[in-house]
Amino acid sequence: MGSARLYAAVASGGFRRYATYRVATAAGVFTNTVFGLILVYTYLALWDERPHLGGYDQAQAVSFVWLGQALYATLAIQGGGFETELMERIRTGDVAIDLYRPVDLQLWWLAHDLGRALFQLVGRGVIPFAFGALVFPTALPDDPVTWLAFLVAVVLAMIVSFGIRFLVALSGFWLLDGTGALQAMVVTGIFCSGMTLPLNAFPGPLGEVVRALPWAAQLQMPADLLMGETGPLSAFAFQAVWAVALLAAGRLLQGAATRRVVVQGG
Amino acid sequence: MWIRSTLAYRVSFAMTVFGTLLVTGLDFVAILLMFSQVDVLGGYTLPEVAFLYGLSATAFGIADLTIGSAGRLGSRVRDGTLDTLLVRPAPVLAQVAADRFALRRLGRITQGALVLGWSLVALDIDWTPGRVLMVPVTLLCGGAIFSAVFVAGAAFQFVAQDASEVQSAFTYGGQTLLQYPPTVFGRELVRGVTFVFPVAFVNWVPASYVLGRPYPLGLPRWAAFTSPLVALACCALAGLAWRTGLRSYRSTGS
Repeated sequence: MGSARLYAAVASGGFRRYATYRVATAAGVFTNTVFGLILVYTYLALWDERPHLGGYDQAQAVSFVWLGQALYATLAIQGGGFETELMERIRTGDVAIDLYRPVDLQLWWLAHDLGRALFQLVGRGVIPFAFGALVFPTALPDDPVTWLAFLVAVVLAMIVSFGIRFLVALSGFWLLDGTGALQAMVVTGIFCSGMTLPLNAFPGPLGEVVRALPWAAQLQMPADLLMGETGPLSAFAFQAVWAVALLAAGRLLQGAATRRVVVQGG
Repeated sequence: MWIRSTLAYRVSFAMTVFGTLLVTGLDFVAILLMFSQVDVLGGYTLPEVAFLYGLSATAFGIADLTIGSAGRLGSRVRDGTLDTLLVRPAPVLAQVAADRFALRRLGRITQGALVLGWSLVALDIDWTPGRVLMVPVTLLCGGAIFSAVFVAGAAFQFVAQDASEVQSAFTYGGQTLLQYPPTVFGRELVRGVTFVFPVAFVNWVPASYVLGRPYPLGLPRWAAFTSPLVALACCALAGLAWRTGLRSYRSTGS
């Protein structure tokens, strides 16, 4: 019970820390709205040419754009969460102090990152989404149960997103300079999560591959769930499988890395 | 100095250039994916969109290479290290531009130029001397317009400090916008980026001349030749904004 309180405190710390950047948050809201506008118009042109592309109608395609902009910072799709900080601590050796503490490294950062994600959802997500829903025709349900299921899917997406970035950060133990790994994360993040084009609109085998990867659990699953394209159980199952697999991989890597630190003497 | 320090790690340099090439190439891959599903977008074919993309990406790459570092000004204002630049006997803007001059940004230019080159081969254009000349002039003017946006954004950061994301909305947002044909966007938006925030002159207007397409907003034919004037005006305004910003600068004292 005591440790649950501790992680709750860490999470609220993460929330408050990002809440202090008010100007940056407002700037982010503006940027996400601008990018949403640009994308909406291109999607409308695309769906004009090919109605029902990927099984979406125009309203669904528009909703997908604004969901993407709303979840962009929350899920740190191009990075921007804890991972650069942890990498820096690994590079400088400060991580040795973290490993000394009587808390688990992975759970600590997970709690911190969930707090951050929650703030970004409220601070940066709601306004662009509301703007999009008011100005453009969207396909959103009225039924509160679906919205509730959507929120569960968003939380699962946050955990999957953390799982990926934790692995990227831990790669710093071996690579030391994390620039390349972070760059790879940006590439996969934009492309495989559906920020450029909904994953169901990807053609052929490429589409099948990206829809099976963990990035599909981040934006595609919550969006499909909200718009009634998939049932909650199958979406949750897909997300949970990836969340467990990524967290377990992170745990294994953390164990291996910890032994390495001891050998190096911090 | 920054060039030499970058080149000191050859493999790492090659990797980051390649990485930048890949990252910036992704938005063209997105366009290719779209065209795997359709034949035209907003009435434009793939080579035509590639032409628009190549022009705007290369122009943006030129601006990003020369002055892109100005985006980091906000952090220098916040931590007070801008003061170091103020006491040196060189123009502050030049120093800000040279600060962490990143040669890896060559990746962006290379990628834009590759797409542009391909589009020139794939397009079926009746090349007149005017059209041939228009391509390099457009690149230069586009680079100047984007540079002006970068400088104006940096000037804005004197006031806003940690609002560098607003700058991204105009720089990266502008570039993303220009990758698609003007016919895709709402009339009000096109009007805004033509008369208020004139990035339409980076590629939309001159490209309409080269491609023989109707001009956005029914502009007159000579509008395609006004890009240098627009670029000049943008640079003048940005310079003014920069001076005002610099004058209003108060050090954090830390």
